[in-house]
This record gives sequence, C-alpha cells and structure tokens, in this order.
Amino acid sequence: MPADTSITAPASIPVPPGRSALTEPTWVRALLIGGALLFLALFLLLPLVAVFAEALRRGFGAYWLALTEPDAVAAIELTLIVAAISVPANLLFGVAASWCVAKFDFRGKNLLITLIDLPFSVSPVISGLIYVLLFGMNGLFGSYLRDMGVQIIFAVPGLVLATIFVTFPFVARELIPLMQEQGSDEEEAALVLGASGWQTFWRVTIPNIKWGLLYGVLLCNARAMGEFGAVSVVSGHIRGETNTMPLHVEILYNEYNFVAAFAVASLLAMLALVTLVVKTALEWRFGDELAASRH
Amino acid sequence: MVAAADSDGALAGKGGAVTVRAPVPLFRKPSILPGFGLTLGFTLSYLGFIVLVPLAALIVRSSGLGWSGFWSAVTTPRVLAAFEVSFGLSFAAALTNAIFGFLVAWVLVRYDFPGKRLVDALVDLPFALPTAVAGIALSALYAPNGWLGKPLNELFGMKVAFTPLGIAIALTFIGLPFVVRTVQPILQDLPAEEEEAAASLGASRFQTFCSVILPAILPALVTGFALSFARGVGEYGSVIFIAGNMPGLTEILPLLIVIKLEQYDYAGAAAVGTAMLGVSFVMLLILNLLQQWMRSRHAR
Repeated sequence: MPADTSITAPASIPVPPGRSALTEPTWVRALLIGGALLFLALFLLLPLVAVFAEALRRGFGAYWLALTEPDAVAAIELTLIVAAISVPANLLFGVAASWCVAKFDFRGKNLLITLIDLPFSVSPVISGLIYVLLFGMNGLFGSYLRDMGVQIIFAVPGLVLATIFVTFPFVARELIPLMQEQGSDEEEAALVLGASGWQTFWRVTIPNIKWGLLYGVLLCNARAMGEFGAVSVVSGHIRGETNTMPLHVEILYNEYNFVAAFAVASLLAMLALVTLVVKTALEWRFGDELAASRH
Repeated sequence: MVAAADSDGALAGKGGAVTVRAPVPLFRKPSILPGFGLTLGFTLSYLGFIVLVPLAALIVRSSGLGWSGFWSAVTTPRVLAAFEVSFGLSFAAALTNAIFGFLVAWVLVRYDFPGKRLVDALVDLPFALPTAVAGIALSALYAPNGWLGKPLNELFGMKVAFTPLGIAIALTFIGLPFVVRTVQPILQDLPAEEEEAAASLGASRFQTFCSVILPAILPALVTGFALSFARGVGEYGSVIFIAGNMPGLTEILPLLIVIKLEQYDYAGAAAVGTAMLGVSFVMLLILNLLQQWMRSRHAR
C-alpha cells in the first residue's frame, strides 16, 4: 500500500509524507476500503457471476441448445428489431432537441429540458400502461384502431413505443450539456464563411459532438435491449412473436427452465459488460469531449 | 409540415439577425444559426406524441372514475399494503445506499488501491444490467438453496428470497449507482484548504469529517438518496422474481398495476398509477425543499 499520496490535492500543495492531517490512519483506510469492496463484491459482482455460473451449470452443450432454440432466436431477433427502430428514433430526437436547446435562447427552455427528462422519473410499468390506456382494446383509441385493423398493443409497434418512451432522454441529456458548453462560436464562424446550415451541422457540429453522441447511443441501446417492465405490459407475452429477450428470460424462469433462462440472461449480461467497457473506454479516452464525465 | 417549419425557422433566423435593435425578444433571442423552427417543431411534436399525450391519457383515464371512485380504488387494503411495501422498502434501500454509496464514493475518491478504476466502472453495472437479469440472478443467489440464501438460512435462520428483505436487497442493487455518482464529483471538488484549516485549528480527523466534510456533502447525499428512492418505488423487473409477490406482504405497486391490467381493470390500474406518480412527486418535492434548506444553511 503506497504511503499517503492518495489525496487529490492540487499539485501546488504537496502532501507531506508520512502521517498527514488530511487523511486517516492506515487501519481506518484499510477498513473502509475493505468494507466498500466487500459490499460491492456481494451486491454487484456476485449477481453477475451467478448469471454465468447458472447458465453453464449443465455445460456448454445445454447452454448452446438454449440459445439456438427457435423461441430464443425469435426473441433475440425481436430485441434487435425493436432496438434498431427505437434507438435511431431517439438519436434523431436527441440531436434535434439539443440543437434547439443548446444553440438558441427562448422562453420555456427550462420547462422543455424538464419535460425531456420526465420519462426517467416514470415507473417502467406506468410507461407501458399509458400506451395500453391509449391503444389497448378498452383504450381511448382502441375501438378506432380495431376498426382500422391496426394492432399496436400486444404487437411490435407497442413494444417499440414503450421502448422509445423509456429510452427517450438518453441521447438528449448527454448532448444538451455538451453542446451548451461548446457554445455556437464555431458554427457562427462557418456560417459567416459561407457554409450552408447543413454543411455547418455535418462538418462542424457533428465532429464536435461525435463521442458524446456515441456515449448517449450506447446507454440508450443498452436500456432499449434490456428493458423489461414497460415492454412486459404491452407485449402480451406471445412466445416467438412478441417476446423480447428479457421477457423470454422471465417465461423460461417461471417455467423452472433455469439453465435456458440464465443462458439468454447471460447474453444480456454480456451486452451490459460490453456497454460498461465501451463506456469506460470513452470516459478515459475522450473524457473532455463528453458531458457526462465532466461534472 | 416539417418542411414548412424549416423554412419558417430559416426566415425567423434571418429576420432575427436583422432586427438586432429589439432589446427584449418576445420569444427567443436572435441568432444567425438556422434550424430553430425545424428542431423545435420536431422536438415538441415528438415529445408530445411519445410522452405528453400518453401521460395525459393516464390522468384522463383515472379522472373518469370521479373523485370518490378514484379514492375508493386507491384505498382498498391491498393497494394500501402495496403502497406501504413499495415506499417503505424503497426508503430502507435508499437509506442503505446512502450509507454504503457514500462509503464507496469516499473510498474511490480518497484512497488508492489496486483495481480502483475497475471497481469504479463496476459501480455502473446496475445501470447497464437489464433488470430482469438482475432479478433472476438475485433470486437464484438468495433462494433457500442459493449461494447466499443457504448459508444465511443455516447460520442465522434468515430467509431472504420471497420476503420483504429480498425486495430491499433488489432495490439496493438498483439504486446504488445513483448515490455513488451524485456524491463522487462533489467529494472530488471539495477544496483541500478547508480540511487543512480545520486540521491546523486543532480538529481531529473525525471532527473535520463531521463538521467540514459531511455538511458539504449532505445536499449531494440527499439528492442521491432521492434518486435511489424514486427509482426503487417504480422498479419492477429486478423485484418481482425475488419478491414472492404475496398480496399484502410482498406485493409491490408496479406489480399491482400489472395485475389490474391483466384483469382488464384499466381504470383501476390508471388510478393506482396516478396515485403512485402523485405520491412520488410530493416526496421528491419535500426532499427538494429539504435540500434547498440545507444548501442555504451551508451557503458559501
């Protein structure tokens, strides 16, 4: 254990070697570090390990079988389809919203930012419920939709809508502070030099925000593929048709098919791990080009 | 429609640039950047279609019951019990997170140890791991024959899965990063001078912690607590597997909404949902006021 060099003091204030007034005795530090690590190991690491251990309990053969079974494949495909629609939709929204919020001053801006964040404070179950109330059989537009022959609830459109709702703020909330901080000087310079609006956007703004954009999309995608509560309400749980991966995990688990449930869950856990690795790499490498890592 | 909004925006942009003499703009400050109309129009329509109209449907649907109908729908013993379970256990979990989240943030900011960056990255796991995965993993761990459930049961006679304790553990898992990520940056930016001053005035390390560090951190800690609490009340996926879901004992509010929906009791589901949003909103308001009060006391 290195001596007391741990304080993040500015370089101009050297921390004296040996016992300092600004840190705790070694035994206290060891105790606190030990306590924190034990807590994290028990509460965070162990569940993650358990997913893979349970998935491989009957060996690789059973694991592979569970992943290649038709219903599982259909669930994986559906998850990819839903994410492929909802993530670009929220990406487009995030860029548009942050452009108008960060580049212009107008009345009601703070209200708009609050409303954009609203879906984060709504329970996932309520996020699904609101679409059932609108488009479900007994919903506000239910009979109208039935006459038109359009099905939204218990079908893919409902899954997409619910997923868009829960992942709504991710891109916007990363881009807004980033673009606010960057200001519009560079864009104004480009316009003065004769660039068109679109040229300015593609050649000046996008290069400036690309890492923040990727960061927001990454988190948005992780949530879109892993969302459970909201899609569970609108899905109807039709095997092979409206079951996304998390819903398939639930069905398998409730059927006591634990190996298969954990096998599908392990794919989602890997997605989470990849997300964490890329996210951390972005924060280390491009930390000063992200809003999220600058507090 | 979008194209029209675009040209409007471009016109407004040019007009804005010309009329610089207007000192107080009515709606927005002039700018030479284009695209205001397009982006604001798109943002507002998308926000309205995805978020505002559906949320309004929730209110409309539950107001269809009338005040007395709404009241009787949300005060049945089963709903009240679910309120108690959801809010009570979320509170307990948020409190646990406030303590351990602070500990984790403290250790990550103040001390050096091998693998620190890895641990720092791991803290975000509950944000990244799908809730259903967390749910079945925790449930397998704490089941009576699970890795943790078995020793806890044999050594202490403790049952975790399918009891309120199990729910609290799932909510602790979900809420931890909120506290760590709110406290961490504040702790990082805490000026060393204040602690040096305290030390040079003869304060012990413990005294410095209690009267210099803690008051400065407290507002962030309360924010983290509130975020963790709010997340816990709405949480569904990670809880239902470990909860056991016995009405009145381990049935959480979001599950009750799902059950009502499955019984096609749309109005009842909407009423419980509205009440849940209402109570969470009032609680967050109280916490916000508390926080402002603390900030004003600790004004620098």
